[in-house]
Amino acid sequence: MSRSLILHLGLIAVLFALNFVLPPYAHGNIARVMTLAVYAIGYNIAFGYTGLLSLGHAMFFAAGMYGAGLLLRFTDMGALPAYAAGLAAGGALALAVGLLALRTAGVSFMIVTLMFSQAVYLAILYFGEWTRGDEGFVIASADRMIAGVDLAAPQARYLVAWGLFSVALMFLLWLVRRPSGRVFVAIRENEDRARLLGYDTFRLKLLSLVISGVISAASGAAYAILFGYAGASFAGVQYSIFPMLWVLLGGAGTVIGPFLGTLFMFYLIDLSSGLTDAYMLIAGVALIGLTLFAPQGIAGEIRRRFWKDLP
Amino acid sequence: MEFGPYLMLAMLEGAVLAAVLALMASGLSLTFGVMRVVNVAHGEFYMLGAVMAWFVAHLVGGGAAIAFIAAAVIAPLAVGAMAAAADMTILKRIDYDPERTIVATIGLLYVIQQVTLMTYGADARPVEPPFNSRIALPWFEWGEEGLALYYPWGLSTTSYKLFVIAAAAVLILAVRLFMTRTKAGLIMRATQLDSEMATAFGIPVERVYAAVFGIGAGLAALAGVLIVPVQQAHYLMGGDALLLSFIVVIIGGLGSMAGTIVAAILIGMSDGIISVFFSPTLAKILATLLVALVLVFRPQGLFGSRPR
Repeated sequence: MSRSLILHLGLIAVLFALNFVLPPYAHGNIARVMTLAVYAIGYNIAFGYTGLLSLGHAMFFAAGMYGAGLLLRFTDMGALPAYAAGLAAGGALALAVGLLALRTAGVSFMIVTLMFSQAVYLAILYFGEWTRGDEGFVIASADRMIAGVDLAAPQARYLVAWGLFSVALMFLLWLVRRPSGRVFVAIRENEDRARLLGYDTFRLKLLSLVISGVISAASGAAYAILFGYAGASFAGVQYSIFPMLWVLLGGAGTVIGPFLGTLFMFYLIDLSSGLTDAYMLIAGVALIGLTLFAPQGIAGEIRRRFWKDLP
Repeated sequence: MEFGPYLMLAMLEGAVLAAVLALMASGLSLTFGVMRVVNVAHGEFYMLGAVMAWFVAHLVGGGAAIAFIAAAVIAPLAVGAMAAAADMTILKRIDYDPERTIVATIGLLYVIQQVTLMTYGADARPVEPPFNSRIALPWFEWGEEGLALYYPWGLSTTSYKLFVIAAAAVLILAVRLFMTRTKAGLIMRATQLDSEMATAFGIPVERVYAAVFGIGAGLAALAGVLIVPVQQAHYLMGGDALLLSFIVVIIGGLGSMAGTIVAAILIGMSDGIISVFFSPTLAKILATLLVALVLVFRPQGLFGSRPR
């Protein structure tokens, strides 16, 4: 087994072991962090590996959240089919947005994704009759069952979040070592050269964005089912900024970075929101500090100093 | 009220919005034009202008007029200085890289917004306008004796709202004259055309950038001061304003001043009219989608020409 495989399997094993030792509050928090880290992993595929700096990933998260949540609210569909529908919604939205937005690059791409995401957010407010807008809706615990297991129970919730996180982490590790994962990096570093080598960069970027969208939706749908709530605030600009912040903090273009960034930021905001209402101040300071002093993030620094081929 | 007077009222409200928007967007457009960076914190400078106007108005006594004039002078200068300082400490150090600038200004957005929340609080507070007489507006009607004027109930505006429109027009004209007729404006335009060549001719490009960033933010703050007697000052007011300015600047063509003004009038007026007759959320959805599609299919804006 290679060193990197040991590292990532080790993280998964530690998180599994934590299920049995953590006190209740931290137990719930880590379940939440793992669910959100899946979102960061999805964002990292587009931003960290392919260089697509999107400011609108909340629309994919929300597509998963509402795709699953609305079906659970209005139909008798079980949690598993609703979850699959959430993923499909995220993928379809990513495909549609990608076909348009990927005609632009750089700053234009950022603004186009921001605008599409804003349109999705406003649409959720506009159809408040079904979505209940800002207030959101609670998903009844009777709907949150998979094969007789109640996902609202802390143990089951933790293990499902852990399973989802493990699958996403190992998928990313597998993806970035495959040839297509390496072409994503080639596009990030120099798109013209990748095109010159004969790669259809538009299709590959679209592929990257769709994978990223599906994984983001996987996180959103899981959040709705595990924590039983869907609200418009999860589709707002703030939830597009968060994954960027997590990935920048943890280390863009690393496999373990998104988890580290999500974990640190979650606790930083959790601690500071105990002190003040203005907890987003921490996010702002972190964004400025990271761009100025540590554009590589935590895992990026580790890679630079100690471990040259950390994936 | 009948349809005609109602439409006129909507257009008047739209004109006030258009005036403020034109002022604010011309600041964003100036920054983008000269420095080639998108300032996401622009909406927060607008909010700071409004909030500072409230602070100044409360510190300065001596009647609404004097307080307002003091606010209109102090707030933009303070905000401009703050922005120039942010430019020198943050943007200069990341070398004005377009994508990293956006990330850093998102950070700046949250810092400004949250510090305002901590100091000014979450309440919306009004500033008294310097003058505010109600002006009833006439409407015409084909009566039995031909064209007759009458004053429909509810069709009115205030002298302050008319002042906002006039002040914005004068200020935008002043910016235009500054850019075309003064030496400082010439230096800015030279930097815009070719910053490397400007450096070769001895222009201190970094100081020009700091000044442009400051002026851009100052224009947003002025817009904030002008609007605060009509709307109230609130720490979250920057978000919508930022979105609208983005829409205006993109539809008008990034970096094109004339296009920005035309687009501000178009967007401001249609927003005013659409919000009166239709759901404002629907209007916003259509506007954001329009902007995305303009950027995808006509990146030079609806009114811009293709770059050479």
